[in-house]
Amino acid sequence: MARTYFLLLWTWTRAAAAYPVSFAMMTVLGFAIAAIDVAVILIIFANTTTLAGFSREEVLFLYGAANLAFTICDTFVSNLDRVSTHIKAGTLDTFLIRPVGAWIQLAADRFMATRIGRILQAGLVLGYAVSALGIGWERAWMIPVMVLTGIVIFASLWTIAGALQFLLTDAPEVVNTLTYGGSQLTQYPFSVYTRDLVKGVTYVLPLAFVNWQPGLYVLDRADPFGTPGFMRFLGPAAALVLALSAALVWRQGLRHYRSTGS
Amino acid sequence: MIELDRAGRSFKVKRSVVHAVQNLSFTVSAGEFVGYLGPNGAGKSTTIKMLCGILTPTSGTVRVAGLDPSRRRTTLARRIGVVFGQRTTLWWDLPLRDSFELIRHLYRIDRAAFAARLDELTGTLDLGAFLRTPVRQLSLGQRMRGDLAAALLHAPDVLVLDEPTIGLDVVSKASIRDFLLRVNAERGTTVLLTTHDLGDIERLCRRVMLIDHGRLAFDGTLDDLMATAPEQSSIEEVVTRLYTGSAS
Repeated sequence: MARTYFLLLWTWTRAAAAYPVSFAMMTVLGFAIAAIDVAVILIIFANTTTLAGFSREEVLFLYGAANLAFTICDTFVSNLDRVSTHIKAGTLDTFLIRPVGAWIQLAADRFMATRIGRILQAGLVLGYAVSALGIGWERAWMIPVMVLTGIVIFASLWTIAGALQFLLTDAPEVVNTLTYGGSQLTQYPFSVYTRDLVKGVTYVLPLAFVNWQPGLYVLDRADPFGTPGFMRFLGPAAALVLALSAALVWRQGLRHYRSTGS
Repeated sequence: MIELDRAGRSFKVKRSVVHAVQNLSFTVSAGEFVGYLGPNGAGKSTTIKMLCGILTPTSGTVRVAGLDPSRRRTTLARRIGVVFGQRTTLWWDLPLRDSFELIRHLYRIDRAAFAARLDELTGTLDLGAFLRTPVRQLSLGQRMRGDLAAALLHAPDVLVLDEPTIGLDVVSKASIRDFLLRVNAERGTTVLLTTHDLGDIERLCRRVMLIDHGRLAFDGTLDDLMATAPEQSSIEEVVTRLYTGSAS
């Protein structure tokens, strides 16, 4: 499975290199766009010292952790949300005649090596925040766990977004609220949002486990919304439940695939 | 090799139900060469897609090489070769040779077997001159030969072709027909092809099936097919009679 996936990534990288100008421009643009997010956070803190009770370094930590998970998924599985494009062009059929799962082929489809720059950027922000905050190992062990949890959660959301396109072929953008919307939401401490929204993204769509709940543990903070302490450690379980649901939804979506004429 | 038992596929379109294929039953034995005819929208492509496991039948059963295609799609993929005349299954920006190499990995074809097979296909399909050319730069005839090779590299038992000669010039058509006859005769590969080119049927198919409005309207040898019309009719006239007759 993994071998096939990386083989496909390599194939697409070579295919992209067939258009060198586009390749170079995408790399530069990727860096520029990623830098804007950080710039926004720095501008906010040029005017205030705390944001909903969190310091600049703490916000950068929450942003870096979520964004690291997000950019990894955006690089390696985000093309799952091109299902509707493939359905309309009739190219999904060509994936389905291969002896390899459609999920792997779609995830690797049109992989762009140029996006890796954004992963580095997110990693740098996270690294800076962790060292500036002086987080010790007794709490820092949670950081790799939360990044992995985040990767599973975002990858599951992308899978669900792709699967929904089997039904919503006419409105592919609707499902972007799950993935890109989720990423936007996790860029800031959840204490800036209303209680109802936070409840929704904790118990319904478990975005709170990408960085907020485990992040509170790493930062040694109490939850301003007052959730009990054990919630800080529920991330992996929530990610597992979401991943299993995503797998089911994907299977159903594929079975409902209608294909196009001729 | 291919068995359909009262297979059907319907689509819901704006609250009404369209039966693309209904109650379709037929059997194709190993080594047969079958032409699958029908007017546009008759259900040919829907049938093909059920055979490869792309579409799940809404009623009845489909079996190919003893497998249920929609449930065992990736297993079946190793035993079936599929060519869509309207679109390529090759990687657009890669040289043909690299697409083949990728297929070798995807199908886990043994390196020696692959080399021998590619040599053979390069010879019979005359691919040598453009193996290193990116697929997007190939002519339609070259691309179709490349697609055929790609579908046969893993030595499938069944070859399914959806309009493989569409848009090709007479020379390209002839070379593809010769090649298909050879694959069927020498390897015993079961071939099912859809086409609107009756030359394909006359030249290639011992058996013809005709589908109309999602139902099987004719199944027999080419001679049987010709016998449905007055003597001296051309194959065009015979098929036109069947298309218009069974449509009423």
